[in-house]
Amino acid sequence: MNIVVCIKQVPDTVDVRINPETNTLIREGVESIINPFDMYAIEEGVRLKERFGGKVTAVTMGPAQAQDALREALSMGVDEAIHLSDRAFAGSDTWATSLILAKAIEKIADVDLILCGKQASDGDTAQVGPGIASHLNFPQATYVRRIDTVHLDTSPKIMIVERLLEEGYEILELSLPAIVTVVKEINEPRMPSLKGKMKARKAEIPTWGNKELEIEADQIGLDGSPTQVVKIFTPSQKKSGKIFEGEPQEVVEKLINEIKDIL
Amino acid sequence: MSGIKVINESCVGCGVCLKACPVDAISMVDKKAVIDLDRCTLCGACVSSCKFNAIQIIRQAVAKEDISNYKGVWVFAEQRDGEIASVAFELLNKAAVLAGDLGTYVGAVLLGYGVEEKAQELIHRGANKVFVMNSQVLKEYVAENYSAAIVNLVKKHKPEIILAGATTTGRSLVSRIAVSLYTGLTADCTALDIDKEKKILIQTRPAFGGNIMAQIISPDYRPQMATVRHKVMPESASDPTRTGEVIEEVFDLNWQDKRLKFLDFIKEAVSTVNLAEADIIVSGGRGLGDGANFKIIEEFAQSIGAAVGSSRAAVDSGWIPYSHQVGQTGRTVCPKIYIACGISGQIQHLVGMQSSKTIIAINKDPDAPIFKVADYGIVGDLFKILPLLTKHFKQA
Repeated sequence: MNIVVCIKQVPDTVDVRINPETNTLIREGVESIINPFDMYAIEEGVRLKERFGGKVTAVTMGPAQAQDALREALSMGVDEAIHLSDRAFAGSDTWATSLILAKAIEKIADVDLILCGKQASDGDTAQVGPGIASHLNFPQATYVRRIDTVHLDTSPKIMIVERLLEEGYEILELSLPAIVTVVKEINEPRMPSLKGKMKARKAEIPTWGNKELEIEADQIGLDGSPTQVVKIFTPSQKKSGKIFEGEPQEVVEKLINEIKDIL
Repeated sequence: MSGIKVINESCVGCGVCLKACPVDAISMVDKKAVIDLDRCTLCGACVSSCKFNAIQIIRQAVAKEDISNYKGVWVFAEQRDGEIASVAFELLNKAAVLAGDLGTYVGAVLLGYGVEEKAQELIHRGANKVFVMNSQVLKEYVAENYSAAIVNLVKKHKPEIILAGATTTGRSLVSRIAVSLYTGLTADCTALDIDKEKKILIQTRPAFGGNIMAQIISPDYRPQMATVRHKVMPESASDPTRTGEVIEEVFDLNWQDKRLKFLDFIKEAVSTVNLAEADIIVSGGRGLGDGANFKIIEEFAQSIGAAVGSSRAAVDSGWIPYSHQVGQTGRTVCPKIYIACGISGQIQHLVGMQSSKTIIAINKDPDAPIFKVADYGIVGDLFKILPLLTKHFKQA
């Protein structure tokens, strides 16, 4: 099975703080991590490879430091990694980003399955997975909590998955090649092995720019992105609430008194 | 040439942009900001942080098709088994305001099988026109088929705005549509307004789990598309005297994507699990100490008609299924009232619930971070507090 996992390097939310004076996000000293949802995608890719054989390739788009994310993926058992980086890619919104990833997947060629986390923890859009599917015209299954049966000897190859919805889950049959975005419930990501870390450190990671992908210049970066961010601001801080301390009966009565009108 | 530049005359060298930059692309040279273009991702964080307007992102004007003939504000009327999701009524309410500002009509898109009669319900809720596609192929939601249906409707009728609920269905559907149509899409908006001068949609959304807000526009592309977070906007009232037009459209069977088959839908056995629809959520965390103690959360939730949520710690301990988890790796919820019991309030939990209208925290540790976002709090033993609350509301 030829699997591609798309990952994103994001700032670790645990470290994100707000500067109370300027009301801006302090990003200084914030560590970068692999988007938490992508860890489940990596793990699922490696597990499928262990079950069915084949190869897992991790792909990320981002500046030079994004290579760290690829090395971490390699240490978890991913076979190859490709770094998509080019000044021309900067400023890409989800439309252009999903096009760049789709073109990279086309270049990798003969891919059976693309795995993504359900969304990234910094942007929270959940748009890039279905966006790649649309650019490649592949079928998609989002919010997958279980990959069940996989038939690689049929034509086309098929896969049965469970999608987690608000009020339950649905079961879908997908023809491959397809895109699956995953939720946390799907697995428990492994810790990298020592051997994996050694391998990751030595691995050659090719960088592909637009010279390799050959996308029309007006479809990537700022010029290719339909959306524009006009303003970023911090939401007004909540004024501190009413906190009650004391005897249980007494504090419960106080609370009920406060909330009786909104219940 | 598009790109980013520092206006040296305006830059005072304060260094605020250095801290705002997520990729360390800015340095100070001779008290002026200098941007390393090989690192810069043009995210715009520095532009917003600069009080002196000394950093600008320049965009080339895009020559696209004529966008002036796009009219109408559309709402995707999500349904399951013929039951229209309440988020569609919230969207209709907002669509009416936006359409009023633009001087245009409100449209609703209704896809399904045997759903025609629901068109009147959408009209009563404020749609001037309902575009109905009735086909056995559309009986169950399959992203590829729904996407093909809507793409073709858009090409024919040219709406200027399309809104969908930021549900699992809405989010995965419109992402596909926006790419097919080559247009802009903003996810999970919490506010929508019209720039009355430019006649464009201003979309406000939280990012970083609500720690920052971003305003986004797609001025040169149509339709302008957005998904809207459930429960943030009020529903439109139903007025049975309202009239409107029902436009029946045909789903061309050639559009059907046979690579994907819907096999089954399994409703979660616990009826209280639908956190997205709940007006009140009672969540339990590590403070419960044991899975068996979730019983007191459930009893309290039942007494006030609430859904049951949980922190990650409770799920990881195996006390409650993952579908209940609220927070970064679980669900983002926005109920009218969120009651956190025995949850300390790690940032990963807060990002999933901090936009709830009223937050109530019950925790024995007065320094727990959950109290910082709480509107009301009780410092105390939840095993004593919750039974008293349950007793009160059972009698009420």
